Amino acid sequence: MGYPHASHQRETAVLSQYFGDTEARTLDGWKKRGGYQALEKALAMAPADIVNVVKESGLRGRGGAGFPTGMKWSFMKPGDGKPHYLCCNADESEPGTFKDREIMRWTPHALVEGCAIGAYAIGAETAYIYIRGEFTEPLLWMERAVQEAYAAGILGPNAMGTGKRIDVHVHKGAGAYICGEETALMNSLEGRRGNPRIKPPFPAVSGVFGSPTTINNVETLVAVCPILMKGAEWYKSMCLSNPKSTGTKLFSVCGNVRNPGTFEVVMGFPFKDFLYDLCGGPATGRKFKAVIPGGASVPIQTMEEADATLMDYEGFVAQGSMLGSGGVIVIDDAQSMVRVIARLARFFAHESCAQCTQCREGTAWTTKILERIRDGQGTMEDLDTLMSIAYNMTGTTICVLSDSCATPVISGIKKFGHEFEALIHGKRIHSVMAAVA
Amino acid sequence: MAETKMVNLTIEGRPVSVPEGTSILEAAKTAGILIPHYCYHPSLPIPGVCRMCLVEVEKAPKLAPSCATSVAEGQVVHVHNDKTLEARKGVLEFLLINHPLDCPICDQSGECELQDFTYQEGRADSRYRDPKRFNPVEDFGGDVMYVPNRCILCTRCVRFMDDLAHDAVLNVSERGDRALIGKFEGKDLTHPWAANVIDLCPVGALLSKDFLNKARAWELDRAASICPNCTQGCNIMIEVRDNSVARLKPRPNEDVNKFFMCDYGRLNYRWMNRQDRAELPMVRNGSSLAAAEWDIAIHSAANLLRDAKPFILVSPMLSNEALFLLTRLLERKGGTGVFRVATGEEAPLPGIEDLALRRDRAANVHGAEMLGFTRSENPLADLGADDVLVIADEDLRGMQADSASKARAVIVIGTAVPEGLDNVAVVLPIANFTEEEGTFTNLRGRVQRFTQAKAAPGQARPSWLVLGDLLGALGAQESFFLPSDVFADLASARQEFSGLSYDKLGMRGLPVVQAEMARASR
Amino acid sequence: MSAKSMGGLESPDMTAHDGSGHETAYTPVFFGETRKELDTLLSRYPTKMAALLPALWIVQRVHGWVSEDGMAEVAELLELTPAYVKGVVTFYTMYHQHPVPKYFIQVCTTAPCGICGADEVVKAFLQQTRTGELGVPSPDNKYAVIEVECLGACGFATPIMINEEFVESVTPDKVSTILARLP
Repeated sequence: MGYPHASHQRETAVLSQYFGDTEARTLDGWKKRGGYQALEKALAMAPADIVNVVKESGLRGRGGAGFPTGMKWSFMKPGDGKPHYLCCNADESEPGTFKDREIMRWTPHALVEGCAIGAYAIGAETAYIYIRGEFTEPLLWMERAVQEAYAAGILGPNAMGTGKRIDVHVHKGAGAYICGEETALMNSLEGRRGNPRIKPPFPAVSGVFGSPTTINNVETLVAVCPILMKGAEWYKSMCLSNPKSTGTKLFSVCGNVRNPGTFEVVMGFPFKDFLYDLCGGPATGRKFKAVIPGGASVPIQTMEEADATLMDYEGFVAQGSMLGSGGVIVIDDAQSMVRVIARLARFFAHESCAQCTQCREGTAWTTKILERIRDGQGTMEDLDTLMSIAYNMTGTTICVLSDSCATPVISGIKKFGHEFEALIHGKRIHSVMAAVA
Repeated sequence: MAETKMVNLTIEGRPVSVPEGTSILEAAKTAGILIPHYCYHPSLPIPGVCRMCLVEVEKAPKLAPSCATSVAEGQVVHVHNDKTLEARKGVLEFLLINHPLDCPICDQSGECELQDFTYQEGRADSRYRDPKRFNPVEDFGGDVMYVPNRCILCTRCVRFMDDLAHDAVLNVSERGDRALIGKFEGKDLTHPWAANVIDLCPVGALLSKDFLNKARAWELDRAASICPNCTQGCNIMIEVRDNSVARLKPRPNEDVNKFFMCDYGRLNYRWMNRQDRAELPMVRNGSSLAAAEWDIAIHSAANLLRDAKPFILVSPMLSNEALFLLTRLLERKGGTGVFRVATGEEAPLPGIEDLALRRDRAANVHGAEMLGFTRSENPLADLGADDVLVIADEDLRGMQADSASKARAVIVIGTAVPEGLDNVAVVLPIANFTEEEGTFTNLRGRVQRFTQAKAAPGQARPSWLVLGDLLGALGAQESFFLPSDVFADLASARQEFSGLSYDKLGMRGLPVVQAEMARASR
Repeated sequence: MSAKSMGGLESPDMTAHDGSGHETAYTPVFFGETRKELDTLLSRYPTKMAALLPALWIVQRVHGWVSEDGMAEVAELLELTPAYVKGVVTFYTMYHQHPVPKYFIQVCTTAPCGICGADEVVKAFLQQTRTGELGVPSPDNKYAVIEVECLGACGFATPIMINEEFVESVTPDKVSTILARLP
């Protein structure tokens, strides 16, 4: 449901149906709503069967990369003699994204349940939920839910009376965007600087504490519960476009839109309807100018592209962008694209971990040039330099933070180059002019 | 032993065959191709962060960091094509945006990898128009000074202190372009091996306080040598300016010191430049010593030794060659050969097996023992009144002043005349180890060559030459024109050294034990 | 604006003074209940190092910031070097490396909030707390205001954090009410 708004009839509330329902936060309330039945069912199954159901459902990672979850789980080879770990990536810090926050603060037990199922499925006895430090409220509810689950014997050495050990621990981050990158998250969990690691080795071979590890996004793990309850076929049937994108997806919407919030729709939903119908369209007297549909790291879409998009992994790619984390940033005609992109670049410069040369130096340099153009001090030469730097920053570093900084620059200059040029040539961008353009 | 699987690939059109698991960067080295890099160092963990060593592997979607990518069968690797050159040009430009162009006042200039690679393949200009980042210079303690403005964050220093010194006093602080190498207030780079971070630093960010502003890299003459300051036998370069040793640097040797040397060895070089040297041969004339021709001095010494039993006190800093010729003196009439050794605390580099600053603070203790000299705390205790005492480069410092006085006569063959001796008959001035060629035997029995780095003062001559002449004056048949001749004689006379020669030793040395084994199996 | 002023408080004169002109002696954090708390944390991980971030949080909870003494205490307990701990502390923006005023106000100004008027919210806070400048404590040392990168509540522009408390949908006209509500 479109928290904080009333549910829209075109939404399909599977994961979000209890958002805003304060009772669902407690163990009793959660159980009344069918909670922990999926875990009970899972613990009675063989781990490989759970993996197969998830594979069959077509569930793909909801953190941004869209990797098939069941396949990821199948990389964890049982009986290798090493402890296995599940890490739940709750470091939601991609600008524009706040769906996991809603899951954790309204249905914390759903995540505990999802983690327990995931851990069991990959042969792990321990799951860590890495929550960003700024999420004080979600942290509070998650810690409470974990405590309740331990007290009720759902977690612990004899999880739900099955004799199986499942531990779930909440781990609080301390302010670093990059810890949402899975290998940086593992380093941070180990008590290190949140520096991404070189792959290989991949986490399934050597992850956190040098052991085989699976890292899943909050929404991914939570989605496993209804999949187990209602079956892979049911989940797979929720598909409006490409059969490779199944189920429902939470989209968090922010920026210059009438109803910002979190919405849940079936994969393949028309983006135009989503923006104008569910999200209420632009404010009175305004027009949409651009959308960044998958969190700050994905290419900017023009409205022509956005209007033609079907909301799934393939649909966004077909229209020049990516589904990413499902964080939709809507920009209206009152905004200067240069200002928006400069502010995004500053974010990435602030968050660069400092390991790779291109990222450490490139993000800061990009920011300086963009802010210069924003302030009317730029030159046409600066635009060439920006593009050249952006290309040097793409595909050359350990992780994709560098690429993420380059992406809005490249797509911004390509699609909204006239705004840059107008500022360089001394013209102020007025909303009317931008609308005409 | 399991056979190592070999992998065949092509790098820059050249076929290469290396063991499985080798990185592309190391594989390229075997084909004589240097892939530019900064953060990679063969003795440290691989972080893959500088992104300088990116190469194109055909069929791979992205450029690959060659330091962190293992070779694979049939790989085709391009190091110097348009794509990789463009990528490296990009990295170099990024590295330089905040790097001051202060090469004219930077000690690293001339041996700076950022300078070298920028000249080689960087942009001619920079497109950066903004102010550069500034951080003040910091004294890191020990011999190390940190110039953060020049730092390229390769983290070699941090990894050395953490992984090899096991003393993580350095860190990367802050993040993004604010990042710099940091340390904790009050915890300095005092580890006995810490100064290696200066050598590891590819740029002028970590500098030696001792060497600061002393010389430009291109003014230095370099000679391959062996550190004389303990029995480890670390391979070094002696770097000389104006006939004065300016600094010592480690020289890689996989079997002895990898890439490193300790701070004690590194900084203990001033004695090599001492000015109060014995420069002229001298012969006693009444109550004082007077300068004499070499021939006269040699014959005076020979006359004293002709019928006497010599008592020879040697320095364990002398070469195998000099010590061997001294044993020839002992063989004539019998006699005693003794030495003492200065000692100190052992200080290992824990991350590397069998590498330490050793307790015995002299290079050739093992050589002296192998050649039959006796180690003693009080080496002159058994000196007899009829003995002619030969002091071979021992300064007698700390010994009782009169301990040498009971000798009939004293012959000094040394770099300086010990103080407080009134019965010196002859002084034969010799070169110190930086001024001559020779070999040392380290504590594991490894024989290693050192070469001449500077000229000896005055009329001082190489020790082997002086001793050869002295033996000649006593009637020996051999004559030596080169130190290698002496070594050849040693190798034929002494079983432990048999089979060895300067050619076989090369510049990395060989263990005597191995030579013995080689001979046994022959 | 320099990125540095976003990460934490920049104030050279804010060292640990108790007002008497002497530096206050450091009180160790980990004894009694907090020591037990740390032991519980340690039991959750296979390595001691993994308890570093949580342990630093405890130091900040007790002292209000993470001093070098605090880093050294944690380092010793977890068998790390103080330099290592400092490297970690400086990586994460939420650890205060200086004491902060009673109310540490962080306003999200990343792009999604930026296009919804976050800059005006920052201005309102700077004015009404009389701090005037980002990162500088107010004259009564009660407030400091900084811009912070994405707080992850973009749909509730503009979110702010006052110490550990999250306030959503802040607009310039709500600032006075928010400040008045603070005890």
